[in-house]
Amino acid sequence: MALLEVKNLEVTFGLRQGAVKALRDVSFSIERGERIGIVGESGAGKSVAAFSILNLISRPGYISGGEVLFEGKDLTKLSPQEMRDIRGNRIAMIFQDPMMTLNPVLTLGQQMVECLKAHRKISTAEAREVALEKLRLVHIPSPETRIDQYPHELSGGMRQRIIIAIALLLDPPLIIADEPTTALDVTIQAEIMELLLELCDSQNVGLILITHDLGVVSQVTQKAVVMYAGRVIEQGPTKEIINDAQHPYTQGLINALPQQTLPGKRLNQIPGSMPSLQKIPTGCAFHPRCEFVIEPCSRELPGFTRSGGCSVACHMVKAMKEKAAAAG
Amino acid sequence: MNTQTLEQRPTAWERFKASHFLHSFRTDKVAIISFSVFLFFALAALFAPLIAPYDPYDPAMIDIMDSEIAPAWSEEGDERFALGTDAQGRDMLSTILYGTRVSLMIGICAVLMQAFLGVVIGLAAGYFGGRVDSILMRIADVQLSFSTMMVAIVVLALFQAAFGAELYAKLAIFMLIMVIGIAEWPQYARTVRASVLAEKHKEYVDAARVMGFKSRRIMWRHILPNTLSPILVISTVQVANAIISEASLSFLGLGMPVSEPSLGSLISSGFAYIFSGSWWITVIPGVVLVLLVLVMNLLGDWLRDVLNPKLYKG
Repeated sequence: MALLEVKNLEVTFGLRQGAVKALRDVSFSIERGERIGIVGESGAGKSVAAFSILNLISRPGYISGGEVLFEGKDLTKLSPQEMRDIRGNRIAMIFQDPMMTLNPVLTLGQQMVECLKAHRKISTAEAREVALEKLRLVHIPSPETRIDQYPHELSGGMRQRIIIAIALLLDPPLIIADEPTTALDVTIQAEIMELLLELCDSQNVGLILITHDLGVVSQVTQKAVVMYAGRVIEQGPTKEIINDAQHPYTQGLINALPQQTLPGKRLNQIPGSMPSLQKIPTGCAFHPRCEFVIEPCSRELPGFTRSGGCSVACHMVKAMKEKAAAAG
Repeated sequence: MNTQTLEQRPTAWERFKASHFLHSFRTDKVAIISFSVFLFFALAALFAPLIAPYDPYDPAMIDIMDSEIAPAWSEEGDERFALGTDAQGRDMLSTILYGTRVSLMIGICAVLMQAFLGVVIGLAAGYFGGRVDSILMRIADVQLSFSTMMVAIVVLALFQAAFGAELYAKLAIFMLIMVIGIAEWPQYARTVRASVLAEKHKEYVDAARVMGFKSRRIMWRHILPNTLSPILVISTVQVANAIISEASLSFLGLGMPVSEPSLGSLISSGFAYIFSGSWWITVIPGVVLVLLVLVMNLLGDWLRDVLNPKLYKG
């Protein structure tokens, strides 16, 4: 049984102009100790997907369909009390900006102890010991001093380490990291990413990495999920997706990486921009920006086609497969 | 990285000594003077039973023959009474000391009451939003549309009429605290709500929710401490306002009884004699009241500037 299985998840925002679907038919799964990356442009629904796993979509959004099976339980159907027991305890989350994620008026120790005591029946002294141990785990120098400091006394990289320590406090089997290195200095990014990986490996933690950085995804994850306008358009083993992307959008993303361009040339880019969720094009949402548009693209929503280890939602890929099958 | 901080954490007192707060206090003359004056009044009020030469609540110490004696420094003065006596022969100095005590106590307790109501309601309105917010804030609007004085006068007058002046005299302090406390809570509720609205979309609140904390815990332990500075600032101003409200009510005869006077009732009791030349019965408590309110407002201004450095000070 998979650790987490998201099945046909659908999230709707009830706006005054009418209901808007921020996520449609999103499915993926992750095993214990596995790492998957969720990739897409801003507004593709990556963060909404993360929050909906924890059932923390704030109004006017709500989960309007599908299941989130975590260790066999459907998280969308749990009571608020049961859900609180899962959050932080079984599934932890790491946010983008370490400057904002820690409460400025509480010391690190207070925040960590509070988190432990909310989920376990232990004394403050014991909780402090656990907190110190986790701080050592993330290589914080002189944790005994640091633990009584306020967040503003630490550097950004140090804070992100603290946040990772907090995520690991209760030894959760799953961590969701929402762009954990975007707000950091480039030199620290690699360091933090490496730390996160090392810890996920040694603690056998599943990691969902949400990012728009394909480079990070290709180095770190085993599976990748590419999202566009609230839908999954391609998913499969990271290697296959990076080396041989099928969907034109994924190809566009990979070609847009600066490393893919020769020196002196203009950077490649995907023309146009992500459609507003209120005005999603009919058929395949990507077709107005796609260079391989064929006849059914603007009419019909593409289903998933298997291609190697990946599944791809694209009419063009499907047509090519059919042609190849007919010829072969 | 500063090695000293790594080796040993400064104690809370050392941190306070090095803080921006203390520094800006030390360099601001107005703040120092205001605080000294306030401290002087507060200590005098607190230790009134020890320093007052007479006990104004003890009828045995009052001699009607001593009434309306001018302050000691004037020609008709009497050395026994530094600030003179009132119409009933009470020593003004002692009465003012006890009166300041009553006024300050009512002011501070009424503000605690306002703050409690306002913070609970403001937090709930800001955090839950939606319908809860609309209902609570409409109640606050309705409350604000009745002026404090009007509510207080109606409630206190009704109470006096219904239960008699004797019972009223006994419960006067309590009633004044309740009335001023309840009439002014929307000030707090609005301030707190506005801060909560700004705070609740910050990531640390999301992080707290992701850690599985209950709403109540997030509200009180995570959001409230981040909204404390505006609460502190309005508190100083509100104590001053509450003292003024109490004085006005007492002046109108709806506050503290003459047997247990506050500054307001002292001013009121002397008002009848001001044209017969006994100006000190009204003027001296009046000056004390004005000074007290003035220094509190000045302290409030200073506190606002310190806690909100981004505010343009023009």
